[in-house]
Amino acid sequence: MTTLQDPPVAVEASAAKAPRRFHALIGFGLAAVVLFALAPVALGDFRLGLLAKYLCLAIVAVGIGLAWGRGGMLTLGQGVFFGLGGYAMAMHLKLADAGPGELPDFMQLYGQLDALPWWWKPFANPAFALAATVLLPMLVAFLLGLLIFRRRVRGAYFAILSQALCAALAIFLIGQQGTTGGTNGLTDIQGFFGYDLNDPINRRMIYFIVAAALLAVLGVAWQLMRSRFGELLVAVRDGEERVRFLGYDPANVKLVAYVVAAGMAGLAGALFVPAVGIISPAMIGVVPSIEFVIGVAVGGRASLIGPALGAIAVAWAKTALSEKLPSAWTYFEGLLFILPVVFLPGGLASLAMYLRRRRSTSTEVTS
Amino acid sequence: MTLVLSQLFTGISIGAVLLLIALGLSLTFGQMNVINMAHGELIMAGAYTVYMLQKVIGGAGFSLLVALPVAFVVAGLMGVLIEVLLIRRLYARPLDTLLVTWGVSLLLQQAARDLFGAPNVQTRAPSALTGSIHLTDDLAISSSRVFILALALIAVAAVTVVLKTTPLGRRIRAVMQNRDLAAVSGLATGRVDRLTFFIGSGLAGIAGVALTLIGPIGPTMGTNIIVNAFLVVVVGGIGQLKGTVIVAFVLGIVQSMVEYTTTVSVASVIVFVVIVAFLQWRPQGLFTLRTRSLA
Amino acid sequence: MFRIRGRRSATIVATVAALAALTACGAKTDDSSSASAAGATIDTSGSSIKVGLLNSLSGTMAISEVTVRDSLKLAIEEINAGGGVLGKQIEPVSEDGASDWPTFAEKSQKLISQDKVAAVFGCWTSASRKAVKPVFEKNKSLLFYPVQYEGLEQSPYIFYTGATTNQQIVPGLDYLKAQGKTSLYLVGSDYVFPRTANKIIKAYAEANGMKVLGEDYAPLGSTEFSTIANKVKAAGASAIFNTLNGDSNVAFFKEYKSAGLTAEKMPVVSVSIAEEEVKSIGTQYLAGQLTAWNYYQTTEGAANEKFVKAYKAKYGADKPTSDPMEAAYTSVYLWKAMVEKAGSFDVEKVKAAAAAGGITYDAPEGKVTVDGPTQHIYKTARIGKVGDDGLIKEVWNSGEPIKPDPYLKGYSWATGLS
Repeated sequence: MTTLQDPPVAVEASAAKAPRRFHALIGFGLAAVVLFALAPVALGDFRLGLLAKYLCLAIVAVGIGLAWGRGGMLTLGQGVFFGLGGYAMAMHLKLADAGPGELPDFMQLYGQLDALPWWWKPFANPAFALAATVLLPMLVAFLLGLLIFRRRVRGAYFAILSQALCAALAIFLIGQQGTTGGTNGLTDIQGFFGYDLNDPINRRMIYFIVAAALLAVLGVAWQLMRSRFGELLVAVRDGEERVRFLGYDPANVKLVAYVVAAGMAGLAGALFVPAVGIISPAMIGVVPSIEFVIGVAVGGRASLIGPALGAIAVAWAKTALSEKLPSAWTYFEGLLFILPVVFLPGGLASLAMYLRRRRSTSTEVTS
Repeated sequence: MTLVLSQLFTGISIGAVLLLIALGLSLTFGQMNVINMAHGELIMAGAYTVYMLQKVIGGAGFSLLVALPVAFVVAGLMGVLIEVLLIRRLYARPLDTLLVTWGVSLLLQQAARDLFGAPNVQTRAPSALTGSIHLTDDLAISSSRVFILALALIAVAAVTVVLKTTPLGRRIRAVMQNRDLAAVSGLATGRVDRLTFFIGSGLAGIAGVALTLIGPIGPTMGTNIIVNAFLVVVVGGIGQLKGTVIVAFVLGIVQSMVEYTTTVSVASVIVFVVIVAFLQWRPQGLFTLRTRSLA
Repeated sequence: MFRIRGRRSATIVATVAALAALTACGAKTDDSSSASAAGATIDTSGSSIKVGLLNSLSGTMAISEVTVRDSLKLAIEEINAGGGVLGKQIEPVSEDGASDWPTFAEKSQKLISQDKVAAVFGCWTSASRKAVKPVFEKNKSLLFYPVQYEGLEQSPYIFYTGATTNQQIVPGLDYLKAQGKTSLYLVGSDYVFPRTANKIIKAYAEANGMKVLGEDYAPLGSTEFSTIANKVKAAGASAIFNTLNGDSNVAFFKEYKSAGLTAEKMPVVSVSIAEEEVKSIGTQYLAGQLTAWNYYQTTEGAANEKFVKAYKAKYGADKPTSDPMEAAYTSVYLWKAMVEKAGSFDVEKVKAAAAAGGITYDAPEGKVTVDGPTQHIYKTARIGKVGDDGLIKEVWNSGEPIKPDPYLKGYSWATGLS
């Protein structure tokens, strides 16, 4: 594994980091106030449920920001990890709904199985299922990343491969209707670890869990970004060969970012299930996977909070616009891919940064 | 035996379709390192050209022949427009072009929906291309497939001739191999890029004409076929025409054989696994361009 | 590999702890506070009553679902022109399901809890219906589903106005059997309806001395059918039962023709090809092939003449009418009949009115009756043949409306299917 020596620069930099940490804490505080105090008061049950769904997408976006914005790996395949996390959670919830020894409803209908398939069995255990929602995507990402990054497959090659993976997994899941629910996916989820999801109070609780998870994920991303690993990751993005010549193995650095992003997508998928009540191959395919990326591009791929805000904004715009003008939404979505990427590659976050920099230079001048 | 043979031909014909779709991609990807996700919509433009021409001209066979050059120009011009307006600004950011051209593809799809309506449209195939040719009593191959195979081979031959013998081809190869050196040597790389994009996109138009014989013509026809074409280019190796040709046919045959013995869904998973395994062996594709660059 | 300092891990631990604490504030199933999942409230205050129209207006399913939305609107307009329901004008609230199942669930929740609609009309794919089913059951609100489907379902809050399997697939098989076809090849898109339909077909074939020579599924949207056409041809069945959907049909029929197969030698019975699809595939490829539905544009009767005329007047003379459109149109009138019988928009009262029986409507497809216990409707099965003009002509019908039997309980060969 890579050995990291403390570079001398870091000591000087840490002095400058103190106010940054302070800013970050304020930021987290603000986010927490908005998510936990303002939103639940201001929004009704229905809108809060929608927000929970958006926040799930935001969690995926944070991971993409890490892998793509910081690591330069355009992952067009996050749907795979989102789906794995979602299916792991949904399988457990379906089994819990069915009760011990019983088959989930769709298996009785379409599968005509006498017994649960072996790979379903471990998911009856809540601890296993919970762990699997995050660890299973990470494991798949680890194995795939190991193969891909070691052989220095990168750039467009990596993007295309991750896209093909989505298509393959979605088609495969659809093909196994008896055991995966096919195109329908796993639906009609009634309970969440003993809590009845039909109860509005419990749906609010789901919202709080999702919001807390988003904050936690942001915290993890923040820690990673400002660690030496984060600096290495950026270095790999900007000059992989240079990093290699410096004695690091870029494959390891990328692998970590990729695996973490996969874990986040898995977590998001797992939370999506109780929040929306369904997981289906439609969430895994090529199109939803690339749609995860727009929010990140709009919000600012390299920033911490940008991808999350961007994802929420885009998802909200989709709901709002497609209600009124469904065909206009497709044009708008197309433009969302084009305009920010061409004219504002740093996303909205860079706009904010630019404004701040202007302000700070002007204060310098006046003082 | 007959079955194996006919299945082999099916594989070759799937390969020919893949090749026709991937040929243009391979050119633009090879030269500019640009992944044009809107390639599928340029194919769609070619298919709609057939539809429009049939409305104007009538006769199925004649309009199909006229459509070949017209679709080439229509799709080519659309490609140049995309290049001039967007891709030129992004040469240093290949991954960003991927996203931007995806956006373009969404715009074009919706535009097609608004212009021609969301449902698929129908074109008539000339009667010579709707039946099959009997080689033996029970071995028959469909004539539209033979037509597509011939079209694909002609296109490959034409592109090869252009690349190997014409001054334009020399310039394209020069830019492909070392853009900076070509620019320093006085080549207007921007112009060469536009021309390459015109040819590459034009080939998509021709692919679109061919697809009207075997598939639906509608706003989303491009997205259904494009992922496999990208795989062909990636596995074939950047800027390697021969790689694209070989991989297209191999992939076609593998897919048809696996599909025949198992199911379509298993086949797609197997193809993916084979490709990842292959890239372990040759991460830069089947053939690689020898360069001294690190990246 | 990378050291995480103590303080940092502390923040992480704190977040996780906070998360765990939050979980504790929910209400367990057995808590008394959870008894609040009451029925949906319907807004009956104004001079109009809202109903929801939930169809995909964008995405891959838009092609089909927009036509359903159009005929729903036509029915509502007609009813409003005739004085509305219980003296109230119907106010449609249109939502886009965007061909995305979670969006369907989300929008149906919105229609119920924000717009407080009296009923929702829509959904096309089985997947979208499965996605919204729990939402309607949870909120005790009504959905009218207008598309033929795979059966094996009976939700207390859904009315099914399309055919179930014994009103479409089984008659289709009866027809083939009567024509002396002894072997079948099954081709379908890879989703719930074709897989379930094919299971039924196999059971039927076994009991009726027919052979199933092969069964193939293509992913939805797949357009590469040369291998499947080869397999079909090699198997040499006497008929093909086709449950493909959308784009795939175009590619399949082109390949079918290229392989030298013809409607005389090996006819294809399709259950998802209606007038609109015939238009986009082309009669060059389809003429002479069979379809199984409950309604065609050419179906005879005054009610249909009126429907076709009204539809074309509103949406254009070149727009065909099809089975799901007719079922959607009918569903609005059936809802009206139930509400008027109940004398109320209240969901439970409307359901009770339907359960009491006797809800009928003189639909374009002929007289339909709601079957109280199953909430499906009695429908006449019709086998049609695609003509050179792109219209489908009826060649056989069941003579009288068939009683819906979503679980095929009345068929001895079907035991063990559900």
